[in-house]
Amino acid sequence: MSAGGAEAKEAPKYTKKDFESDQDVRWCPGCGDYAILSAVQKTMPDLGIPKEDIVFISGIGCSSRFPYYMNTYGFHTIHGRAPAVATGLRLARPDLKVFIVTGDGDGLSIGGNHMLHVLRRNVNVTILLFNNRIYGLTKGQYSPTSELGKVTKSTPLGSADRPVNPLAFALGCGATFVARTVDRNIAHMEEMLRRAAHHKGAAFVEILQNCNVYNDLAWNVMYDKEQKLQYELRLEPGKPLLFGPQDDRRAVIMDGVRPKVVKAKDVAASALWVHDETNVNAAKLLADLFAPDFPVPIGVLAAVTGPVYEEIMLDQEQKAISERGPGDIAKLLTSGDTWRIS
Amino acid sequence: MSETAAPAKGKSLKELDRAVVRFAGDSGDGMQLTGEQFTTESAWAGNDIATLPNFPAEIRAPAGTLFGVSSFQLQFGSQRVYTPGDRLDCLVAMNPAALKVHLRDLKPGGLLVVNTAAFDKRNLDKAGYAANPLEESTLAERYRLHKVDMTALTYEAIKDLPLGAKEKDRTKNFFALGLVSWIYTRPLEPTLEWITKKFAKNASIAEANTRVLKAGHAYGETAEIFAEHYTIEPAEMAPGLYRAMTGNRALAWGILAAAQRSKIPVVYGAYPITPASDILHELALHKRFRVRTIQAEDEIAAVTAAIGAAFGGAIGVTGSSGPGIALKGEAIGLAVTAELPLVIFDIQRGGPSTGLPTKTEQADLMQALYGRNSESPVVVLAPATPGDCFYIAYEAVRVATKYMVPVMVLSDGFLANGSEPWLIPDPETLPPIEIGFRTESAGFFPYLRDPATLARPWVRPGTPGLEHRIGGIEKQDVTGNISYDPENHDHMVRTRAEKVRRVAQEIPPTTINGPATGDLLVVGWGGTYGAITAAVERAQTEGRTVASIHLRYMNPLPPDLGQILREYRRVLVPEINSGQLVRVLRAEYLVDAVGFNRMRGLPLASEEILEAINQLVGSPT
Ligand SMILES: Cc1ncc(C[n+]2csc(CCOP(=O)(O)OP(=O)(O)O)c2C)c(N)n1
Ligand code: SF4
Ligand SMILES: [Mg+2]
Repeated sequence: MSAGGAEAKEAPKYTKKDFESDQDVRWCPGCGDYAILSAVQKTMPDLGIPKEDIVFISGIGCSSRFPYYMNTYGFHTIHGRAPAVATGLRLARPDLKVFIVTGDGDGLSIGGNHMLHVLRRNVNVTILLFNNRIYGLTKGQYSPTSELGKVTKSTPLGSADRPVNPLAFALGCGATFVARTVDRNIAHMEEMLRRAAHHKGAAFVEILQNCNVYNDLAWNVMYDKEQKLQYELRLEPGKPLLFGPQDDRRAVIMDGVRPKVVKAKDVAASALWVHDETNVNAAKLLADLFAPDFPVPIGVLAAVTGPVYEEIMLDQEQKAISERGPGDIAKLLTSGDTWRIS
Repeated sequence: MSETAAPAKGKSLKELDRAVVRFAGDSGDGMQLTGEQFTTESAWAGNDIATLPNFPAEIRAPAGTLFGVSSFQLQFGSQRVYTPGDRLDCLVAMNPAALKVHLRDLKPGGLLVVNTAAFDKRNLDKAGYAANPLEESTLAERYRLHKVDMTALTYEAIKDLPLGAKEKDRTKNFFALGLVSWIYTRPLEPTLEWITKKFAKNASIAEANTRVLKAGHAYGETAEIFAEHYTIEPAEMAPGLYRAMTGNRALAWGILAAAQRSKIPVVYGAYPITPASDILHELALHKRFRVRTIQAEDEIAAVTAAIGAAFGGAIGVTGSSGPGIALKGEAIGLAVTAELPLVIFDIQRGGPSTGLPTKTEQADLMQALYGRNSESPVVVLAPATPGDCFYIAYEAVRVATKYMVPVMVLSDGFLANGSEPWLIPDPETLPPIEIGFRTESAGFFPYLRDPATLARPWVRPGTPGLEHRIGGIEKQDVTGNISYDPENHDHMVRTRAEKVRRVAQEIPPTTINGPATGDLLVVGWGGTYGAITAAVERAQTEGRTVASIHLRYMNPLPPDLGQILREYRRVLVPEINSGQLVRVLRAEYLVDAVGFNRMRGLPLASEEILEAINQLVGSPT
């Protein structure tokens, strides 16, 4: 049993079809979840992992129905607890490739605590957080990522609580891989899924997802052709932070210790901010950028290595066994202070 | 009680059947350690033993206060000892607060040993004594009072050692231990050995403790005030190798035994809580058994991690006390419907809410049986003694994996920390735990059931061709596909209940302590075993047709229980709750059972159970 991942066995040549389960997909027509499902199914063959070694764990929500549609092992658990279930699973079975599928409510409200701990422990799991800025399954209450003043059934006069930023949260928890992608950007989503799945440790991917029924076009800044052109900032390692239309390229640079948007032609090449995924401090600044004052970064904000919880735990176990042999209950029972009565 | 005199070194040596001793002092006085060592010495002497540690909830309660008093009680005897004892034969009070809190439990004429040095103005004030009780005549009239300046005698014994005043002061509990060891003729060897091992790296401390222990012993032998001391013959116990066992350790070791026998790893998820934390501490020591412990972020994570492990084909175990079990409720329901094996330890304590964290109670039975949303039956087991925890934990794993069902174990604070001499079993004699992961893909369905147990197949992810999805949504029987069909739900609710009911196949015939028919049956469960048995045996020797049974399977109940209940005119159910099992029995069997209920955070006393028996069947004339 290797503590690292599931790469040991040779996987057959799969196609997307091999990962489609026989269950009818029950999301609303037009829901962004369809595109994510399709992208995940499509990238699975690239992982090179036998499908019996793959497990999808989810909580509760529209997004959390996901495992039913994957022809892998799957467990649709309870609201918010998927990270804890996955932690136990990894500890029991470090040979499995484990995905967590969660929503903005599931992962950041009821399960916020578990999300914090799975990230800080750096459990080797790939976390896909479908952020539609709404509670879809319970029919449209505002969520912890909804903007301040959000009018929903439960907040007729507008919500009074400020949203949490999933990327900043993840980085604050010590996540070793943090990325953002968009349900309508298929190619980018597939690339992010591949990157995240190959990361060793907890990989956190925020997927901006459209709930066309309760929060349509919440991410219009990434859907509308014109706005997308203006605001999308593609993060690529070694490349400067440049965005906007060709005739109006802009750059994000550091002005002292503050990010600032300037016209690209006004900046010397040496003053550009060049993206470095291993710089977690920079990632924390990037995480907070958003339209309209800043561009919207998509891509891998941070990817660093860190000690993996279950590897440490299992190393301790291996060491104990190799030094002193496997446990022997008969010996343990008679160890220490005993006395004989005849 | 037989008392035969036998002279020794000019002092008379009397033989007793049993004695109840309590060491009480400040939390900082080392009373738990003193009690534990005295227990080990008594075990060496071959006596049967039951112990009751009792300590404040505060970690460092202010010195000298009433609520900072910590105590350790034990009963040891030459015959079966079922309980730590109701009334004390000997009380050691290390300070005024200890005297104040514990004096009421000392028998009239009992031995009272006090450390006079601690009876200064400050401590007397803190204990609420207007005047020094040691200077009044009542104490000496009522009890055999021995005023000993333990502090001064301790200092004297080690005055030449290079230790600070604080370190010297800290050894005085060994003076008390040495003295009481002399009083009850306990061997000092185990304590001397313990000191050598424990303080191997600190020769001065080892020397100090050794000298003080011996000084206490010598003091008993030479001081004029002690005219007599006592022996207790070794008890007639089943032959074999024994060890002292506490309930929490026994639960942990039962899990280790199950891990070894089943050959699969264990994941134990827990969030620290009194009195369950020691199970986590103990299991964390035994990585060689492939037991993986997670100190989770909360109780919900602890149980869901265990469920994740079970999904992965490991033994998932979680442990907590009542408040934590309340948090786990929703997840336990998931294990019920996902039909995964799961073992849950509930080490009950006084409640509601935070309640009495360090005190015992049996008030989680209803929570275990019904404390979840909707119909979510689980198997419930309850150990009767600290040592029984070993077998119950093992049985919990065996049943959980055989029936693919959650099993809750109801221990309690008394069993958890109490210890008894335990006949070490041969692990080979434990029933096998046969784990048959399904690997055959032909004809596979996730909810296809074994006809005998109704268990669904357990499949390890990683098995080719058996990829499947399960979850908390209602599913169609056999296929496991999501189903909202009304008839199917009705069928599944009944099936999950029937699966638990079938565990009755595993229950051995109920042991009846006493006549098979008669005037009264006393029905108990959990940690009250000793008190009930002692009371019932007394009633029997007094000539009444009284019997007792002690339930270890709380759900399902033993198949022969209904018949047994009908063989007696009356049924009495003593519990440390307001009447939970008695309700279940009345509801299940339509018997007019009555409860005997006390909720003081303490074990039931056998005397009060005897009184309750007498009230129902009439006192002996
Ligand atoms: C303990 C518990 N509380 C509440 C619910 C109801 N509930 C189900 S999903 C959900 C919110 C889901 O929101 P999100 O995670 O954003 O998922 P989405 O449906 O938007 O994909 C809530 C409140 C529940 N299932 N369990
Ligand atoms: S409610 Fe929204 S998130 Fe849920 S399935 Fe429908 S569109 Fe998708
Ligand atoms: Mg949502």
